Amino acid sequence: MRTKRIKGIKFGLLSPKEIRKMSASKIITADTYGEDGFPIEMGLVNQRIGVIDPGLRCKTCGGRMGECPGHFGHIELAAPVIHIGYAKLIYRMLSVTCRECGMVLLEDAYFLFSVSDTELEHDLKREIISEKWHKEFGDNGFTLSTNASITKEKNDEWAITDKELFIIRKEEGKLNVYDAGEKGRFLNDIELGKGKQPGVGEAVKRMFKEAAKHTVCSHCGDHLFDLAADARLVNILNKGEDVISKELRRKFATEGHGLSKNPSIKKETDNKWLITDKDKRYIVKKGNGKLTVDCGTPQRVIKFDKPSTYIEIDEKERKRRLMPSDVRERLEKIPDEDIALFGMSPKSARPEWMILTVLPVPPVTARPSITLESGQRSEDDLTHKLVDIIRINHRFMDNRAAGAPQLIIEDLWELLQYHVSTYLDNEIAGIPPARHRSGRPLKTMTQRLKGKEGRFRGSLSGKRVNFSARTVISPAPDIDIDEVGVPEEIAKELTVNVNVTERNIDLLKETVRRGNEHPGANYVRRADGKKVKITETNYETLAEELGIGWKVERHLRDRDIVLFNRQPSLHRMSIMAHYVRVMPGKTFRLNPTVCPPYNADYDGDEMNLHVLQSEEARAEAKILMAVQHNIISPRFGRPIIGGIHDHVSSLFLLTYEEKKFDREETLEILKGIEIDDLREPAGTFRSKVSGLGFEDRPYWTGKQIFSMILPAGLNLQFQGKVGGVTIRDGNLETGVIDEIAVGSFKGKIIDRIVRQYGEEAAKKFINDLARLATNYILRAGFSFGISDEDIPRAGEQQIREETMREAEHKVDELIRAYEAEELEALPGRTVEETLELRIMETLGRARDEAGSIAERYLGIENAGVLMAKSGARGSLLNLTQMAACVGQQSVRGERIKRGYRGRTLPHFKPADRSAKAHGFVRPSFKEGLSPTEYFFHAVGGREALVDTAVRTSQSGYFQRRLINALLDLEVKDDETVRETRDTIVQFKYGEDSVDPSACEYGKVVDIDEIIKDVMAGTGTGA
Amino acid sequence: MKKEKVSIQEHELVPKHEIMEAEEIRELLDKYKIKKEQLPKIKLSDPVIKEIKADVGDVVKIRRQSRTAGKALFYRLVIE
Repeated sequence: MRTKRIKGIKFGLLSPKEIRKMSASKIITADTYGEDGFPIEMGLVNQRIGVIDPGLRCKTCGGRMGECPGHFGHIELAAPVIHIGYAKLIYRMLSVTCRECGMVLLEDAYFLFSVSDTELEHDLKREIISEKWHKEFGDNGFTLSTNASITKEKNDEWAITDKELFIIRKEEGKLNVYDAGEKGRFLNDIELGKGKQPGVGEAVKRMFKEAAKHTVCSHCGDHLFDLAADARLVNILNKGEDVISKELRRKFATEGHGLSKNPSIKKETDNKWLITDKDKRYIVKKGNGKLTVDCGTPQRVIKFDKPSTYIEIDEKERKRRLMPSDVRERLEKIPDEDIALFGMSPKSARPEWMILTVLPVPPVTARPSITLESGQRSEDDLTHKLVDIIRINHRFMDNRAAGAPQLIIEDLWELLQYHVSTYLDNEIAGIPPARHRSGRPLKTMTQRLKGKEGRFRGSLSGKRVNFSARTVISPAPDIDIDEVGVPEEIAKELTVNVNVTERNIDLLKETVRRGNEHPGANYVRRADGKKVKITETNYETLAEELGIGWKVERHLRDRDIVLFNRQPSLHRMSIMAHYVRVMPGKTFRLNPTVCPPYNADYDGDEMNLHVLQSEEARAEAKILMAVQHNIISPRFGRPIIGGIHDHVSSLFLLTYEEKKFDREETLEILKGIEIDDLREPAGTFRSKVSGLGFEDRPYWTGKQIFSMILPAGLNLQFQGKVGGVTIRDGNLETGVIDEIAVGSFKGKIIDRIVRQYGEEAAKKFINDLARLATNYILRAGFSFGISDEDIPRAGEQQIREETMREAEHKVDELIRAYEAEELEALPGRTVEETLELRIMETLGRARDEAGSIAERYLGIENAGVLMAKSGARGSLLNLTQMAACVGQQSVRGERIKRGYRGRTLPHFKPADRSAKAHGFVRPSFKEGLSPTEYFFHAVGGREALVDTAVRTSQSGYFQRRLINALLDLEVKDDETVRETRDTIVQFKYGEDSVDPSACEYGKVVDIDEIIKDVMAGTGTGA
Repeated sequence: MKKEKVSIQEHELVPKHEIMEAEEIRELLDKYKIKKEQLPKIKLSDPVIKEIKADVGDVVKIRRQSRTAGKALFYRLVIE
């Protein structure tokens, strides 16, 4: 294949000429199909502009359906209409061009001084600004800085760019120096802006702003009077602004055009001068031995009446509508040289092409009709709209030919404009959308392109993908963490392409012979490329015929590698490679320990599965994306996969204190875990044997059972949530297993296993952990209910009668002090703020106190406390709220104070500052809330809800922008971070070249751990 | 009150900037096998650049306190 390089992209407007040229057919009939069922000649579904009916051939290219890409047609519009997409730009152009001559309302270059010197000319030719030129400029009252640069514009014309822009032209043997004037400067800015930021757009914007300030044209005008062209007068004009002499002033005054105090005179050429005086402009031209004085054409204000009407207001405030034909005439007058000021090229985009006189008709292949079951044809929305346009177009022409009154013509014109506008965009503000017979708004041009489901985002950037499945997820703690349970139904639909070779032919024959039974196949592809569906009738013959070089699309099977994903895919762990395990049921099954990386739960979450189709893809997935490679998160360098919820509770229970299990129990807890031999029992207990006497039976402790899943030789010490944990030589000696040990995001044991024993060992550990924990918690039983929040009456009383009463007293006292103006303000606060703060503080303390009283009655045997202490779920605060006191409800960190004037609810007196009137909820959830308390709780809850909703969307977008900005940064071999052009972003990755996922807690070496390891004596080394 | 010109370089949050010698720049560019334009940029209008009176085309060496590495060196090309 030949490779081509894109050199540039050109954007432009279609000219009427071009539209006609590319048209394969003129469209004049609004109908589609004739009575014979064939497309009508010159109709909208026309055999010259594409075929969509099978069997017919295109009259333009001769292709059949599917071969012919379609060809454009065109409609000759009866009258010009505004292209709605350019309505705003048309308005802006009208506002900045002269209504008479069409030139942009900017001043031309004007003469400054002239020199004649060969040396100076020589410097120009070499494009250097010599000392002599600096001096020359200086002598004439202009300064050139050292930064000035010179470029050759064309023959005998050079430009000097400094703060100002000078143009030097060689005219009649002299070197004339001009100021580039407004026009020259903007043209220069636009030229310089090409390919840069902020670039052309910005310069053009400034140009429009500047040109719109001019109310008088400086290029053309109405004749005022003549003056005799005597040399003295010309001389005065040439001298320019500072010395506008009495003589000139007098001459003007006699003609009835008095000049003000300081008008400016600019010489544009030897024969043309521009006198600007306040808002008046005089154009003085020399010719035929006299000086003609014209007054610059005054411009009228143009109003843009959205969406597509332009109104011109004259000096006497009279309004006149500019019809599209008038607008077109004006735009036609804009000279080619001025088009560049709009940032456009006259070759590819003349402004008048923004007014439509010919409408291109897209090929039928772009707007295919569909045949309904009833045999009726249903046309595309675009065809419907084109029908409307043609109908109105006809009516317009008929009426005009019949000499209808202007009013009717204008109405029809308006209607034509409406149809063309809605054909281009059916969501224009200010005009009702065109509707289908059913009342549904039509989907026209703009709607096809725009938005999420539009051509760009929906069809080009994003497409639907094959070999994928989606369903609800549910837990399966007995499958491995790198497996995914796939319903048989899905496994039979998703296929893997396999080439038939000598080595697998027997196996594949067997597969094909199974037909559509599960580990079977759906299709075979013969050596000649023909695809054959495997059915109940042909599977036996196909299995017989199967030969080398064939391909088999076999069902998804156990141990196939697939990608598993949950949206939003915020980090790389959102898509991981899993191995298939075909299962009964209708849900995807995944091990609960891999929920954290996907941020999944089982409350109805759905996930996607993609079957890999090539050997390369499978290899990449296995090597880069497998679950075990993603145990350590590159974000914070700790395991993101680990025990959750019940795993933590279970292992905490198992390893808490010394629990004893006999052989049978031990084996049951270790069920499903690959362990070669039970370790030495911790001891024996004496138990009765059926009537005969006693027997010593061995037992194992919970800690021992947990130790059995630890790799041999593991040494680790760390501070758990309840005391230190010591693991020596793969034995849990002291401490309790909790969230810090095995939990996701923390998991010190997992972290160590990954680093010391590798990912495979870590995977096995997590598998074992999940099974062990599940087995044990099933055995031990674990529940939490309303009675678990019970605290003895004494405790309840203490809370109510001591803590709460005291707090309320304190609050009352604070309020009293405030009202008596005895309260002292905290630094930087008003007295009122101080009161609020101190009330909040008092009540907060009261709740905490109530919490600790409740805690005294709830020990570790309480499931809630156990969950909170082990880190499995919930916090002590949650327990406090359930058992002791819900506490202060807040909005924006303050007590609730909104509602009625001076009070929150009508249940309270105005100006009541007490605790209960501002959202303090005294009772616990178990005791129950009063109506007002319930209301305050809802108020506080709503804020939390709104906050999370707002935060997720905002941070999501922020992250997206950050990712897009950093997307293609790369860490190179020399540890620099560079972007695509090899520009350095960081001289050393992260300033220390440390990959957090490959190091212990973000450090290059963890010296403490090494020392500990050495001291332990076993010295496996980290 | 009389306005005193404060040196922003003395502020603890402003890392130390210094203009590099030609020789030093050459070494730097050789080390990373880059052209001057591939260095990170800093604007001439940057207050520190104004203060140390660096010009367009100069390269400044910036010594920073780094959270991860203690001290870190950074280089920037002064642009318009």
